[in-house]
Amino acid sequence: MRNLFPILTVLAAIVGLWYLGAVWMNSAWTLDRAEGPLSFTEVVRDTMSQDRPRLPAPHQVAAELYDTVIDKKVTSKRSLVYHGWITLRSTLTGFALGTLIGILMAVGIVYSRTANMSLMPWAIISQTVPIVALAPMIIVLMAAIGVEGRAVPKAIISAYLCYFPVLVGMVKGLRAPDRAQLDLMDTYSANGWQTFWKLRLPSSVPYLFTSLKIGIAAALVGTIVGELPTGAVQGLGARILIGDQFGQPIMIWAALSAAAVLAGILVTVVAAVQTGLMRRMGFAQ
Amino acid sequence: MTVVKADDLALTFQTNDGPVHALADVNLTVEKGDFVSFIGPSGCGKTTFLRCIAGLETPTGGSLTVNGMTPDEARRSRAYGYVFQAAGLYPWRTIAGNVRLPLEIMGYSRAEMAERIARVLELVELSGFEKKYPWQLSGGMQQRASIARALAFDADILLMDEPFGALDEIVRDHLNEQLLKLWARTEKTICFVTHSIPEAVYLSTRIVVMSPRPGRITDVIESPLPRERPLDIRDSTQFLEVAHRVREGLRAGHAYDQ
Repeated sequence: MRNLFPILTVLAAIVGLWYLGAVWMNSAWTLDRAEGPLSFTEVVRDTMSQDRPRLPAPHQVAAELYDTVIDKKVTSKRSLVYHGWITLRSTLTGFALGTLIGILMAVGIVYSRTANMSLMPWAIISQTVPIVALAPMIIVLMAAIGVEGRAVPKAIISAYLCYFPVLVGMVKGLRAPDRAQLDLMDTYSANGWQTFWKLRLPSSVPYLFTSLKIGIAAALVGTIVGELPTGAVQGLGARILIGDQFGQPIMIWAALSAAAVLAGILVTVVAAVQTGLMRRMGFAQ
Repeated sequence: MTVVKADDLALTFQTNDGPVHALADVNLTVEKGDFVSFIGPSGCGKTTFLRCIAGLETPTGGSLTVNGMTPDEARRSRAYGYVFQAAGLYPWRTIAGNVRLPLEIMGYSRAEMAERIARVLELVELSGFEKKYPWQLSGGMQQRASIARALAFDADILLMDEPFGALDEIVRDHLNEQLLKLWARTEKTICFVTHSIPEAVYLSTRIVVMSPRPGRITDVIESPLPRERPLDIRDSTQFLEVAHRVREGLRAGHAYDQ
């Protein structure tokens, strides 16, 4: 793995900075409580092991992760695997929905001038509305029309964030064929469906996957935002919220780390599918 | 039999800078089995004329028929194969897959597709490259594959727009020789756009010299060369005489003004 070394280097740098930050941010609390003068070593030792640190040290988060991922049964309400699964399920639903909407809108925009002029501005405006403001409304509206639970509104919020990069990438991809390639289809007197299926769609695949990698990360963010508003009890977002309400920074950071790992895995999986498909299609050199 | 007939053909593009006369007063007939080259400087309308024949551009004046039909009807009846300057093979299709493209669109049976792919790849000497992807082939081979693609559905007319323009001279010589053999074997009618005087003279039975502003025909030269043409015919006096006349025609059309 040629790529592993740089990744590990950056990771080591982050962990190093994180430790420095933990000492710096937690030392105030240590010094406030101190009854006498403390040596530097004593201050550092204390900042590493507070119960409610401002910034938990990496090993504290790691220990919490170990406890809630490995030690707890996956069915337990305190298991991060359980909450991660809830989040993953909504993310994938939202991702599928968002991708579908993005592709359909892109096809409409590429083929219809009216759709291009009417849909595109709204698609851009939709992304300027802060999702944190919109999320509670979507949840309330879903409840009002009688949809039980959080799964559906979460998937909708997730799709809302995810469709946009897919839309933009697909529009670019479907428009990728140049004049000569389109003329060639005309010389065969190919119909619109054949031009779409045999030229535009295959041309768009590289663009689509670039967008899907952004899209799946956005879908995860959307799901977590959907789990944040008061009332959620399941999912990584809910863990962050509960950690905040009960003053448990270690819990918050563990959930955050789990979300980051989940995002990394999802993007890696999409990238692997991309590599495989591109090779099968003969794009790879 | 007349394949292409143009009478007082004109095409004017309306642009922001006023009208551009891409073609004016073009009169030409192409007979079945002809190899007609269009030569002239950029902007003389040679590509535009080819695109008119193909029904990819619509003339604004005069009349144009292809196989007795309007160019658009001819296009819809798949009367011609078109070869572009860039090979334009689909990177996600193998060579066989690229040649299969027009056959899929035209709805040939699976067995017939396989038979035709094998036949036209043999014709352009690419047998054995069926499963290669375009990026695995040289530029000259890619252009041969695109010619095979244009031949696959047995159109009687082959329209070629500077197909060898981007290739080096050695490859180009070789492909010119191959193209003549292919023309002799298939008895197609070929309309061929080029920048190169030796290429035009070597390949053609008729050479159409064009000049710009407005795009028009300044000379039509019937080649006295025999149909059988080895490469060294290019050193013969006859060849040089024709080349000279083409050059004179280009000069007369003020082609070298700029």
